[in-house]
Amino acid sequence: MTEIADILISASFWAAILRIASPLIFATMGELICERAGVLNLGIEGIMVFGAFAGWMAVYAGLPLWGGVAVAMLGGMAFGALHGLLTVPFGLSQHVVGLGITMLATAAAYYAYRLALPQVTNPPRITPFQPLHIPVLSNLPWLGQALFSQTALTWAGFAAAGATALVLFRTPLGLAVRAAGENPQAVEAQGLSVTAIRMGAVIVGSGLMAVGGAFLTMSAFSSFFFEMVNGRGWICIALVVFGAWKPGKALLGALLFAGFDALQIRLQQTGLGQVVPYQVFLMIPYLLSILALIAMSRRAEVPAALMTPFNRGDR
Amino acid sequence: MPPETTAQGPVLRLSGITKRFGQLTANDGISLSLARGEVVALLGENGAGKTTLMNILFGHYTADAGTVEVMGQTLPPGQPGAALNAGVGMVHQHFTLADNLTVLDNVLLGTRPLLSLSPGRGAARRKLAQLAQDFGLAVDPDARIAALSVGERQRVEILKALFRDARILILDEPTAVLTPQEADALFDTLRRMLAQGLSVIFISHKLHEVMAISSRVLVLRHGKLVGETATDATDRHQLATMMVGAEITAPAPAEARPGETLLKLDNVSTARQGNRPGLQDVALDLRAGQILGLAGVSGNGQGALADLLSGLESPTQGTLTLADKRPDAWSPRTAVALGIGRIPEDRHKTGTIADFTLTENTVLENYATTARGGWMNWRAARTATDAIIDKYDVRCPGPDTRIRLLSGGNMQKLILGRVLEAAPRIILANQPVRGLDIGAVTYVQEQLIAARDAGAAVLLISEDLDEILTLSDSIRVISEGRLSPEFPRGTKTPTELGQWMAGQGFDHAA
Repeated sequence: MTEIADILISASFWAAILRIASPLIFATMGELICERAGVLNLGIEGIMVFGAFAGWMAVYAGLPLWGGVAVAMLGGMAFGALHGLLTVPFGLSQHVVGLGITMLATAAAYYAYRLALPQVTNPPRITPFQPLHIPVLSNLPWLGQALFSQTALTWAGFAAAGATALVLFRTPLGLAVRAAGENPQAVEAQGLSVTAIRMGAVIVGSGLMAVGGAFLTMSAFSSFFFEMVNGRGWICIALVVFGAWKPGKALLGALLFAGFDALQIRLQQTGLGQVVPYQVFLMIPYLLSILALIAMSRRAEVPAALMTPFNRGDR
Repeated sequence: MPPETTAQGPVLRLSGITKRFGQLTANDGISLSLARGEVVALLGENGAGKTTLMNILFGHYTADAGTVEVMGQTLPPGQPGAALNAGVGMVHQHFTLADNLTVLDNVLLGTRPLLSLSPGRGAARRKLAQLAQDFGLAVDPDARIAALSVGERQRVEILKALFRDARILILDEPTAVLTPQEADALFDTLRRMLAQGLSVIFISHKLHEVMAISSRVLVLRHGKLVGETATDATDRHQLATMMVGAEITAPAPAEARPGETLLKLDNVSTARQGNRPGLQDVALDLRAGQILGLAGVSGNGQGALADLLSGLESPTQGTLTLADKRPDAWSPRTAVALGIGRIPEDRHKTGTIADFTLTENTVLENYATTARGGWMNWRAARTATDAIIDKYDVRCPGPDTRIRLLSGGNMQKLILGRVLEAAPRIILANQPVRGLDIGAVTYVQEQLIAARDAGAAVLLISEDLDEILTLSDSIRVISEGRLSPEFPRGTKTPTELGQWMAGQGFDHAA
């Protein structure tokens, strides 16, 4: 047990939590916005892959880092627009469209990678975001290293979560988004366009997902690998449920999952890791997440119109 | 006759509105106008096109032909936002409220520019309080819709329209979901609105309400405007005739000839479920060729009895005997197999599956028995559905229509047809005419009488004492899960039955 205690007091463990959580926070907020408007976006996994590729490729091609983030976001928004077009005005099955977008976006990223770098066996590296030095805070003993040695993109993730909460709950736009996910007839009867609101939510949400993917290549690692998103998108779908469709709770869920993940990586290197196969450690975050999901989501209120297409003039 | 108009002309004018859904012409060249401070009642049977017309006026639907003018300005078709801005408010029959939001947020939705930073709750709260006071519409602005009663939700719907300074209010069957007291309060609110110069279109098929509140009545039938009259110059009988297109006579069943007992309950009790009382030591005989009316205040065990006879619930004590046999396993399938026809209380929840077609809904209870070699026999199912549509006058585009598109009355006719065509020996009719218009009510009641005359035992559960008194050969009253003795037709006055309904008399009867 002392080994776990050692891990918990090490500053690098806490820094890892924030780092691991960052892509999840972006993508979870993106998914949450979509679902609050009534659209389940299963394109998340593929959009994250595309964001990871597009951001990295743009920087490799010479754009500044933030330019890469913008390219990733625009790419995600384009896939979001396609997803929205098929699910909102056309009212197609959100499951089928979402999975289709995931396959399309993933394949598009891999294809573009091969087109751009046909001969390469080892993907080239870029200079990623560096930890942002915050005056005073970053110099604090232990805390500085544990909490305040993150890149600007991590802080942008937290800002995105805050902005999501503010917009959803403090502005007329957020009110319309939440109403569209609960009862689109209410939105229509108040003279707003359900189609426009849902399309907008899916596009913006998909943009955030892509930035979450871009975090992997532009902040966490400095290169693009196949399979690097590795199911993070699906985790974010669960985090939205875990967070009961509330940004604050979903943010906590992302940090919790990241905590389990950071812990299992470190546990593998302890004495325990000599005895227990490493695959068992890899399971820990998922097992604990499932347990937490069961405990947390039983009383959650699902947006009532989630996955229900809205057709004007339908009775 | 031309409508009364003020110096400025009518506040609203619909001209030549036509709307088709597939084969069905829901509105056929309808024109109407509305003056300031006037209540026009739009009267018509289910499926006559009243709601469709109002949905066109409000911009939910786009008409195939015709124009909508508000205060002399033509509204762009298919834009609720334009109708709202022109001062038209609509209280939908199925409320358009988001359950997860507060009253205040539902009222605010769509009233401010989407990209403004503040939702403007403070000013809205004050305006809402003022409106609530002016019009007698008290609701807690911070309550979530999910926590409100149906009557309160309707007040929120009206407040939504008033908050946007509506000058014309459309009320689509506003009293269908209200208790009599709530309906009185609504009428009080309407009168205050008229006093302030608002105009109202009141959709209803309840004649006494139309007579009480409207100044002019327009009657729709099969999508056409078939009559227009000042309310003073008409009466309920004349309106009913216009609405149905034929003289209406209340059904007058002939003398019953009760036969053998088909279903018998002895000392039966069932479990309490939440707030719903179970049956307590109940004995009941359902006899062939007889309608037994079950009177009682809602929530006194009617649900438990209906579920028991439907096969949804089993007795915790006592015995249920069907045709002199005690069924081994009691389930909905057994109940249907043993000849119990069920007209459920809630046709949306338990009577039909909304997104299934008429054909699919028709065979819900007998798909297994009509299947051939394990395959659905769709040809036979469609033939059966076509026959029901014809015989029971179900107004619909066809058997492949999703049943959610039907009006309540037509849905009920299909359910009735499904039940009666199976030639059940016992018919459980739970609130069979709730929410239906006169034509449909009379029709359903006549069919039940015909089934009785053909030898079926009918249990009629209703909260409407008039209906019970008209149809029943024999009456029992249910109160807190207990049954009164049987009262043959004509032996008890409504007042006496009312005392039983209030629970008096059970002690010495038990």
